[in-house]
Amino acid sequence: MPRNTPRPAVSVEGLRKSYRDQTVLDGVDLEIPAGTIFSLLGPNGAGKTTMVKILSTLIRADGGRARIFGHDLAADPDAVRAAIGVTGQYSAVDGLLTGQENLMLMAGLHRLRGAAARRRTAGLLERFDLADAAKKPAAAYSGGMRRRLDLAMTLVGEPRLIFLDEPTTGLDPRSRRDMWQIIRDLVADGATVFLTTQYLEEADRLADRIAVLDRGTIVAEGTAAELKRRVPGGHVLLRFAEAGALASAAEKLGGETDPESLALKVPGGGGVASLRDLLDRLDTASIAPEELSVHTPALDDVFLALTGNRGANGHARKANR
Amino acid sequence: MTALSHAAGDSATMVARQLRHMLRYPSMTLLLAGMPVLFLLLFVYVFGGAMGAGAGGAAAARADYLDYIAPGVLLITVASAAQGTAISVAMDMAEGIVARFRTMDIARVSVLTGHVVGSLIQAMLITALVTAVALLIGFRPTAGPAEWLAAIGLLALASYALTWLSVALGLVSKSVETASNLPMPLVFLPFLGSGFVPTETLPAGLRWFVEYQPFTPLTETLRALLTGGGAGDSWTAAVAWCAGITLVSYVWAKRLYNRAPSA
Repeated sequence: MPRNTPRPAVSVEGLRKSYRDQTVLDGVDLEIPAGTIFSLLGPNGAGKTTMVKILSTLIRADGGRARIFGHDLAADPDAVRAAIGVTGQYSAVDGLLTGQENLMLMAGLHRLRGAAARRRTAGLLERFDLADAAKKPAAAYSGGMRRRLDLAMTLVGEPRLIFLDEPTTGLDPRSRRDMWQIIRDLVADGATVFLTTQYLEEADRLADRIAVLDRGTIVAEGTAAELKRRVPGGHVLLRFAEAGALASAAEKLGGETDPESLALKVPGGGGVASLRDLLDRLDTASIAPEELSVHTPALDDVFLALTGNRGANGHARKANR
Repeated sequence: MTALSHAAGDSATMVARQLRHMLRYPSMTLLLAGMPVLFLLLFVYVFGGAMGAGAGGAAAARADYLDYIAPGVLLITVASAAQGTAISVAMDMAEGIVARFRTMDIARVSVLTGHVVGSLIQAMLITALVTAVALLIGFRPTAGPAEWLAAIGLLALASYALTWLSVALGLVSKSVETASNLPMPLVFLPFLGSGFVPTETLPAGLRWFVEYQPFTPLTETLRALLTGGGAGDSWTAAVAWCAGITLVSYVWAKRLYNRAPSA
């Protein structure tokens, strides 16, 4: 490869994995440039955690090849291990040790000794807001603190590639926001982040690129904006008090009616001008909708449209922004 | 640094981790010491008067019986400590921390050597404690310094072998409960030997089993060293058993640890 092209942090070709007769990964291709946040998005059981386990050398793939910073996963797992850090879905801290001892343990395993180890540990305790709890056993930590300690332990070795497997699952909104900021800071410091999540908002806010994994294959890949462009645009949802109003509105405006909920779905953007126009037309026809809501395409729509019929039963989902 | 010094350094870090666990939660150590002490007191004070061969009444019989069973109790102590190892290995495997270790560029076996060396130290401490209790209630070994050293060495060998076995048992267990039950037979095997009664008093079938089980030569050798003034004639069998159990268990444990974690 040309010298001035930076090596990708992760490059995966045709990765396959099955457990007995169940195929978990069915030919996954990925390439993640160094210094970016990549998010692997998918419903439960899509194969996200399996992907992380394979890429972090915990389990072997059945087929395909994967390289981390050019090191082949199968041929040189130790070189891969030296470059990565993993914070899994389940807490990987030693509950019997204090926060400080956990970090010192990691420092020891990274062959940091004496003052250097203490400096690194103190810095991380400070950075992750754990200095006050440094001398308490990790078993006594709250969920958010454990997660922060977990990530701090991952960072002791200053990994270039950090796997975060559903790092905010089970956290309260505040801790989630803290975690997001930490992840942004990591990338600002030059690391590459491989993030799996089932929260679309999380991928939307953090990731440079998103891949949607469903039943073992990547069904879509791109930036959040690119993915959103792939589903039909937004619409305005009108609700009426009775069927007559619904019928005449449908006649005037077109769109899709749902007689059961007396709703009319009018395709189009939620801009002020088009909205005013829509209301004007209803006014002229003397139809008063009970309720009006504007729906912009969200990653949720993409997700539901791409990951099969689970939940995608034609009902518009309310965008939360 | 070479691979070997990395492995040694990583193992030392893991041993330090185990010792810290032990110091922070001494209740486990005390619990493991509790059972052999209980056995010791039970056998000496409840059965001792009737079992001992002393001619000077119940007290002399008790003292005599104490001398007879002390080696068996010490081996139960070692086995009981090994049971703790299986539990702590199984607990460790259930935690995410071991998954973390597996994704790090460290000597793989260091996780296991940390457990083994940590447990060995713990077992020796517990054995010292039980020995102290035995001495306190009247155990009077006749061993000289060389015999004492050999006895400690034998206990350490036995402990090392049983600890590796327990590490394998801890790894093969799907749950912590299983891990605490699997090594149970180890604690009771010394009873089915020459630890508490002379083997001649046993029925033929049982006697055959007793002759060929590892705790019999171990008990015999330990008794010979502590109160017999020599190593006896079964010390080679005892050492061979320890070496064999260690080797098989080490290979088994390593294979179990290296196999891919399920799912």
